[in-house]
Amino acid sequence: MNNLVVLPMIIPLLIGVLLVFFPNYVRLQRFLTLLSMIGTLVVSIILLNLIQTQGIITLEFGDWEAPFGIAFVADSFATLLVLTTSLISAIIVVFAFGTIGEKREKLYFYAFVNFLIAGVNGSFLTGDLFNLFVTFEVMLLASYALITLGGKKAQLREAIKYVAINVFASSLFLIAIAYLYGAIGTLNMAHISERVAEVGQTPLLTVISLVFLLVFSLKSGLLLYQWLPGSYSVPPAAIAALFGALLTKVGIYALYRVFTLIFYHEPQITHSIIAVMAIFTIVGGSIGAIAFRDVKQVITYNVVIAVGFILAALAIFTATSITGGIYYLLHDMIVKALLFLLAGTIIYLTKTSRVDAMSGLIRNYPALGWFFFITVLSLTGIPPLSGFLGKILVGQGALEAGSYILLGFTFLSSMVVLYSLLRIFMGTFWGETIISEEEQIPLKPFMIIPSAILIILTFALGLAPEFIAPYVMDATDVLMEPQLYIDAVLGND
Amino acid sequence: METLIIIVAGVLVTVAVYLLLSKNLIRLILGTAVLTHAVHLLIMAMGGFKGDSVPIVSEKETRFVDALPQALILTSIVISFAVTAFFLVLAYQAYKYTKTDDLSKMRGVDHE
Repeated sequence: MNNLVVLPMIIPLLIGVLLVFFPNYVRLQRFLTLLSMIGTLVVSIILLNLIQTQGIITLEFGDWEAPFGIAFVADSFATLLVLTTSLISAIIVVFAFGTIGEKREKLYFYAFVNFLIAGVNGSFLTGDLFNLFVTFEVMLLASYALITLGGKKAQLREAIKYVAINVFASSLFLIAIAYLYGAIGTLNMAHISERVAEVGQTPLLTVISLVFLLVFSLKSGLLLYQWLPGSYSVPPAAIAALFGALLTKVGIYALYRVFTLIFYHEPQITHSIIAVMAIFTIVGGSIGAIAFRDVKQVITYNVVIAVGFILAALAIFTATSITGGIYYLLHDMIVKALLFLLAGTIIYLTKTSRVDAMSGLIRNYPALGWFFFITVLSLTGIPPLSGFLGKILVGQGALEAGSYILLGFTFLSSMVVLYSLLRIFMGTFWGETIISEEEQIPLKPFMIIPSAILIILTFALGLAPEFIAPYVMDATDVLMEPQLYIDAVLGND
Repeated sequence: METLIIIVAGVLVTVAVYLLLSKNLIRLILGTAVLTHAVHLLIMAMGGFKGDSVPIVSEKETRFVDALPQALILTSIVISFAVTAFFLVLAYQAYKYTKTDDLSKMRGVDHE
């Protein structure tokens, strides 16, 4: 029992509510939002260290004991994700200060960002399946508002598709919960896991697990990613970065949780299906990333490729591959945010997102060019940067498990990532300079400092992974050994 | 009773899918609303109708109805209310800016 567990959700929620009352005090809004993100960051660091000494921390609301009430469960996996979420959202908010524009700031932008973070953190921390649905909805409603904020024609058009697909997915989520409740009679995830282990994963339960797979695939963009490129490319850069870095990751987290904690008894069915879906996701994402010549489209298809890669790690399902998956998930949150911010900066500076319409930017903005190049290397998995460790561990796991097909596809996907992004890099930064020094738009510090911090983070995660290694190891232990989670929640020592 | 409710839920899902597949924006929204109601009925059926009394602890009754599904439905109704309201406003705004409620005309072009 520790009340700290609920703070990562409560802080942004309360501050978000507070901000609704002061839409015109932009400076106050900025300050409070940054404060809320940093507060969550501090809480998650404290939590992470507490978990090292005390084990998994739970909080039962209203003192209703675990299977009956709603519980929040902070294990290392969830808390690491909360930490990364807070860190990245703080950085993106700083980027938004200079780019989002006063009109959107007065239209409750910061309040919605806070609600979004509250939903994301809640989804990571909750230990109850229905509560997961509720926190998902909190996150989605905030994202609906953010995607339409500003009300451009393209935004409204894409928002309709985004809302429709997500409302449909939420209904499926409820159907899955209803079936599971009918079959098992409980909603607490630890309790479900215990009961599924008792009765064995019958064919009925496996079918229910596939409904969950469908739901979370829609949310995370695993195979069912057709809604993703459209809706992630219309909002402004700061919002797109929040979406690209955080939203699909919540779906990925849910898949990891459900298929390691609850439905892990029939991996030859469920995990094979995930493997096939991951391969098709990688292939589809690669085709999209190569086919388009628009910066926004290429980077959103890169999100899809990463989703396929991280879920391939889940499909391989060995301790090594899961560790690699967690490292890669953290890396991907950082670097996708970075990629979206850099792309947003490029589009702001050149006023176009067409690669053929820009050229020779490295002469005008050398720092931006080098940052983009480092990002490309990091996403590909070049050694001193953060992508390397995740990729090598997933590869090692695939070799141990003998999944050579997955190994081939995951590593080929790196080549596609490299090719598609290098093409943007060469198209935009190399070649003849077309912007003269007089008409060059100055690079505001608000735009480049967030990217610089993220660059430092990707170097830090790549050069000194020892700092987070104990936490990642602990996260893997809990994911591979569901009994640890069950004991912590249900309190049977 | 469970069978009847399940059949009703099935019919509602059919209606919802029909509406969801149409090109008209308002029909799409109505489809999502009907789908959520079908799901609520399903949750109720999954809880079962076996209890004899309300779930208040007393000495006379020992078989209570399962109250949890009803709590879930209540939560879900509130959420679906909010989402439907948002969706309707979004549809109105989209209609104002694009001058159409035909989804097949809202595909959009790659570059604009």
